[in-house]
Amino acid sequence: MQAEQISIFLENKAGRLSEVTEILSDNGVNIRALALADTTDFGVLRLIVDDNAKAEEVLKNAGFTVRKTNVVAVEVKDQPGGLHNILRTLHKAQINVEYMYAFVRQSGNNAVMIFRFDQPDEAVKILSENGEAIIKGDMLYSM
Amino acid sequence: MIYDIEYETMPREALESIQLRRLQATVSRAYATVPYYRKKFEGAGLKPGDITSLNDLQQLPFTAKQDLRDNYPFGMFAVPMDNVVRIHASSGTTGKPTVVGYTSRDINTWAELMARALAAGGATRGDIIHNAFGYGLFTGGLGVHYGAEKLGASVIPISGGNTKRQVLIMKDFGPTILTSTPSYALHLAEAAEEMGVSFKDLNFRFGIFGAEPWSENMRREIEEKLNITAVDIYGLSEVIGPGVSIECHEAKSGMHIPEDHFIAEIIDPATKEVLPYGETGELVITSITKEAFPVIRYRTRDITSLNAEPCVCGRTMIRMNKISGRTDDMLIIRGVNVFPSQIESVLMEIEGVEPHYQLEVDRKDNLDTLTVRVEVSQGVFSDEVKELQRFGGTIAKEIKELLGISAIVKLAEPKSIARSEGKASRVIDNRNI
Repeated sequence: MQAEQISIFLENKAGRLSEVTEILSDNGVNIRALALADTTDFGVLRLIVDDNAKAEEVLKNAGFTVRKTNVVAVEVKDQPGGLHNILRTLHKAQINVEYMYAFVRQSGNNAVMIFRFDQPDEAVKILSENGEAIIKGDMLYSM
Repeated sequence: MIYDIEYETMPREALESIQLRRLQATVSRAYATVPYYRKKFEGAGLKPGDITSLNDLQQLPFTAKQDLRDNYPFGMFAVPMDNVVRIHASSGTTGKPTVVGYTSRDINTWAELMARALAAGGATRGDIIHNAFGYGLFTGGLGVHYGAEKLGASVIPISGGNTKRQVLIMKDFGPTILTSTPSYALHLAEAAEEMGVSFKDLNFRFGIFGAEPWSENMRREIEEKLNITAVDIYGLSEVIGPGVSIECHEAKSGMHIPEDHFIAEIIDPATKEVLPYGETGELVITSITKEAFPVIRYRTRDITSLNAEPCVCGRTMIRMNKISGRTDDMLIIRGVNVFPSQIESVLMEIEGVEPHYQLEVDRKDNLDTLTVRVEVSQGVFSDEVKELQRFGGTIAKEIKELLGISAIVKLAEPKSIARSEGKASRVIDNRNI
C-alpha cells in the first residue's frame, strides 16, 4: 500500500535544483509531486515521479546522493476537517508524521496528501480501518 | 623479507660505533666544504674534533628549512657540481623551493634504502610495482623507481594522474604492489568502482603509501577498499626522499629508520630540548652517509615519537610513529593547537563518513571559527532533515570532545570536495595572520 519517493541531497548552491530537473527532463521522467526541505546549508528534495528506477539511476550517475523512501498517499476529503480527521486518527494510534506535502493532482473530488510516517505499516492499517482511502504506488505514479 | 640482513638486524652496539664514525666524517666534511655549516659551527664555538661521542650531536646547531632557502639554489651542496648527478626540489608552496643534490653514490644509497623499504612493505623480486607517485622534481616517483629496480621487482612508472588509464593498466598488467599517496589510493578505488572494476578481482597484495600524513582509520579504509595490506612510508627530499623510514608489513606499527644512514632525535619544538624515546615532539634528522647534500640536525617540522622496543620483524632499527601533524600545519584556533589529522581521526570513527574533508578557518569579530566540510555519502543520507542535522551534530560533538573547540559542520554533496592527486590540501586558513 506504500508508494516510493525519491530523495536527493542538495547543497544550497545556485542552480543545483535546476540541474536535477534538467536531468529528469532529459531522461523523460515526469515529476508528479515535489517538496523541498531546507536548512541554511543544505536541502533535501523529495519527489514522486512516474519512473522511480530511472530517476534514481540517472541522478546517481550524475553524482547526486539519492535515496528511495516509502511514503503513504492518502485521499483527503476536500471539505473542512478532511485533513484533521486523518491526523486525529493517527494521533490516537500514536503514529508520528515525519513530514507531509500535497500531491499536484486530485483523485476525483478529493485532494491527495503524501505522508512520511515513523511507522508506515501501522499507519496504513489504522487509516484503512478508519475508512480512509490509500492510493497505491502504481496508481499514484500515473495519476 | 629483510633486504639487507647485515645492517638491518645489526646489534645496537655495532650500529652505534658505525654511526659515530660516519657522523664524525659527515661533520668534518660539512665544516670543510659548506660555508653555512662552518659559520654555524663557529658561531656555536665548535670544531669537528669536538664530536667524540654520539651524545655530542646535541651540541650541534639545528638546520631549518629557512636555512636551505637562504642558500638557494646550490649553496648547501658539499661537492662540486661536477660530482652532482641529480637534482630534486620540493614544491615551493610556502616560498622558494628547496633544492637538493645527489652524487652517483648518493643515488645508489637511496636506491638501497628504497629497496629495503619496499621489501619491508612486502615487495619481492617477483612483484610488479604500480608506482603512482609523481615523477619529476618531486622525489616520490624516482625514489620508488630506483628502489624497485634495485630490489629486482618490475616497476610500472605510471606516475600520478590520468586515473582512468591507471585503472585499465591495473586491470591488464596485474600489478601486485601499489605505491602512491594514501589519498590517491582512495581516489583510485573510487575511480575503479565507477568504472565497474573491483579491487577484489585485481592482483594487489600490498600498498606502500606516503608523502602526506594519514591516520590508522584511513589505513583500515584503504585496506578494505583495495583488499590489500597497507604500510606507511616516510621521507622528505631534504633528507634523501622516500625511504627515511618504513613500516614493516609484519607489525604495521611504527616506521623503521635506517640508522646506519640517519640519526633521529625528537625535540620540543618550542624549547628545542631533546626529548627521551616515547615522547612526542618534532623529528630532527642528521644524515651520516650523504655526500652532495648532508644535513645536520635538520628540523623536519613533522610531529612524531620514537620507539626503541624490539620489533617482531627482526629489524633492530628504531621505529618512529605515524606523523601526527606538522609544526607548521598546526592551526592555532582560539589558542588550541589543532592538527588536521586529529579531525580526520574523528571523522573516520563515525560510521559512513567519507575520508574527504576540508577545514576552513576564519576570524569573525576577532573570534576564530573552524568549519569542517564533510561529504554526505549514500550510506549516511537520510531524507529526513533532522537525521542529517543529528549526523552533523555528532561530528561537531566528537570534535568538541577531542579538541575542546566548537566546529561548524557543513554537509557537502559527494565528490564536491577537491580530490588531490598529490598532497591533499585540506586546510583553508582565511585569517591572514
